[in-house]
Amino acid sequence: MALLEINGLGKTYGEGDGATRAIGDVSFSLDEREFVCVVGPSGCGKTTLLKCMSGLLEPTDGQVLLRGERVAGPPESMALVFQEYSRSLLPWMSVRGNVVMPLRHKKLDKAEATRLVEEAVDAVGLTEFIDRYPWQLSGGMQQRVAIARALAYQPEILLMDEPFASVDAQTRGDLEDLILQVRDRYDMTILFVTHDIDESVYLSDRIVVLSPSPTEVREILDVSLPHPRDQVETKELQDFARLRAHVYRLIKRRQEGAEEPVPAA
Amino acid sequence: MLAPFAAVVLLLALWELVVRSGLVSETSIPPATGALGELFSLFGDSAFWAAVGQTLEGWAIGLGIAIALGIPLGLLIGSSRWAYRALRAPIEFLRPIPSVALIPLAVLIYGQGLESKVFLVAFASFWPLLIQTIYGVQDVDPVATDTARSFGLGRRERMWRITVPSAVPYIATGIRISSAVALILAVTAELVIGAAGLGREINVARSGGDLNSMYALIVATGLVGWALNLATTAGERRVLHWHPSQRGVAT
Amino acid sequence: MKPRTRRIAELAVEIAVPLMILAAIFAWTASTPTFYFPPLSDVFERFGNTWLFERFGSDAWPSLRRMFLGYAIAVVVAVAAGVALGSSPTLRRATAPIVEFLRSIPPPALIPFAIVVIGIGDDMKVFIIAFVCLWPVLLNTIDGINGIDPTLKDTARVYGISGRDKLLRVTLPAASPQIFAGMRLSLSLALILMVISEMVASTNGIGFFVLQSQRSFAIPEMWSGILLLGILGYLFNLAFLIIERRVLAWHRGARASTLG
Repeated sequence: MALLEINGLGKTYGEGDGATRAIGDVSFSLDEREFVCVVGPSGCGKTTLLKCMSGLLEPTDGQVLLRGERVAGPPESMALVFQEYSRSLLPWMSVRGNVVMPLRHKKLDKAEATRLVEEAVDAVGLTEFIDRYPWQLSGGMQQRVAIARALAYQPEILLMDEPFASVDAQTRGDLEDLILQVRDRYDMTILFVTHDIDESVYLSDRIVVLSPSPTEVREILDVSLPHPRDQVETKELQDFARLRAHVYRLIKRRQEGAEEPVPAA
Repeated sequence: MLAPFAAVVLLLALWELVVRSGLVSETSIPPATGALGELFSLFGDSAFWAAVGQTLEGWAIGLGIAIALGIPLGLLIGSSRWAYRALRAPIEFLRPIPSVALIPLAVLIYGQGLESKVFLVAFASFWPLLIQTIYGVQDVDPVATDTARSFGLGRRERMWRITVPSAVPYIATGIRISSAVALILAVTAELVIGAAGLGREINVARSGGDLNSMYALIVATGLVGWALNLATTAGERRVLHWHPSQRGVAT
Repeated sequence: MKPRTRRIAELAVEIAVPLMILAAIFAWTASTPTFYFPPLSDVFERFGNTWLFERFGSDAWPSLRRMFLGYAIAVVVAVAAGVALGSSPTLRRATAPIVEFLRSIPPPALIPFAIVVIGIGDDMKVFIIAFVCLWPVLLNTIDGINGIDPTLKDTARVYGISGRDKLLRVTLPAASPQIFAGMRLSLSLALILMVISEMVASTNGIGFFVLQSQRSFAIPEMWSGILLLGILGYLFNLAFLIIERRVLAWHRGARASTLG
């Protein structure tokens, strides 16, 4: 059984004439330890999709199954890393405080919780800064805190909503490598939503390419690039360029069956 | 839409019930119907409207003085670095003095009539207006003033064309705050000193044991306060609407 | 002017001008004393005699006690009610006109009501102070709760933060800058209401003292009371700012980093 199954997911806002169909019909699944990227054109409802998958929004059609059980609200074994890290971290708590916060309701003993926190913070390379406050850290470091928080939570599956979009290009590369390391270290299953095509090919085992609104799955590609990935070497490979071009064309292509524009008379 | 209406009706019904059932003694709180009935008969009483006029008279004159003094002074102090630094400490010291502390002084100098009331209202409403105006002037975008200066606009022109318009939202907020303060001081003067107006009428009703009147007058005073609040808030909103990026309440 | 020289000059002006004003008042009231404005030296002398510490226990302490009790009650009730109203749009809409009306009633108009229902003792004063100080804190709490970033709320949902933990560690801290703004306004209101309630119906207190002094034409004493009230107002404001600065240090840091 797949770890996460999305079956015929649809989301419509509003009713009657004014209704907008954000998501049309999306189906795919994730197995354990897979790194799956979801890519699509801007405005194709990627964030809505992620919110439905994480239980923050209720879908209008279809369902999301986590280990065969329907997702009706944010599940205990799922963690989410948001794009706007500065609005997701608690500014009145230190890094340590932020990372330990989700563990408080898990009824762990103090030593165990501390261990998880320190290990997660170490995994993202912020041990020196564990007692600093978010506003004292750079954007990239803040996002690392958010990742550490997700890791300490020990979820079965980690959802990430364009997490590196608000970070500068060089830092983005560092964070991409970090998430790959983390995946190996924690044996984690990751669903990664992005609009950056290069990033999606670089990171994933499989890519789900979405169509424009109303969103559907255009194609699901296997990415068989070698591990470990490297920012320079992997991107020099022919396979990388080929995959990248393929995804690019899929995204840029107008919707199937859409009418050709009437040529000027 | 229905919810607020229902809530008010519920509250009034509760009031009526609590008194009629004897839970609260009728000697301290009359039933809602009694007080509200009295309120409606007040509306037809010319003495009531005279009192409203007297309260508003003190409010208006005092607020007018505060505006006439506070805004120009605020503009001057705000736009002069030296003046601001020099006067900052005295202002910060005088500002928290509760104006009500000066009530005995007012009585001493001006007696128990309108002049005392106006003095207190003016003193109290001066400060929020002054502070808000100063902050408004200081918050002017330096880029705007630099641009104006590079276009050769003189000091006076810069003041009128750049500084004042961008300080207007702050001043509007200041007027709203000062208006509320002015009403409070006006009613306080009437209550404590016995100047003519709603505050005095409330006190008279109380000492005469006419509870229905007293409660009716309190509600009426609240309505006056509410009306002024709505008017100044609406005015403030209109002004702020023209300056969408600028807003601020100096604390 | 060189920057350093300028800074020193500004500091000098900031200290010198108030002192000069003070000296001027001192000199003017000493040389041409009027009945209403006795020599400042007299006022200072009476201040020392009266408030340090002869009448402190009999008048200043009861005033302060009533004020802080009323203020504390107001803050606790307002924050609790504010959290409830802030979290429920229906409740908020339903109670909006009632709240708007009640807070528009000029506080002095409520004093006769309080006298009739509660009497003229300490309870009445505490009630009035509490009732009036309630509204700014309540409205600000509602605004603060209402304005919490949706991403923060989503984060709490995703990580299973709820109930008491959510209230104490997420909701209230997030709303605290707004709540503090309301508390600051209420603090100055508390002082004002304390004075008014004592002038209308009391047998002790600073406000009572000032009024009594005026009635018995003890003018320097009257001024000493006014001076005390001014000092108290200034000190309370200062103390509040210091506390706020410590509690909300994270907020200033966060804002500075987003603006900078």
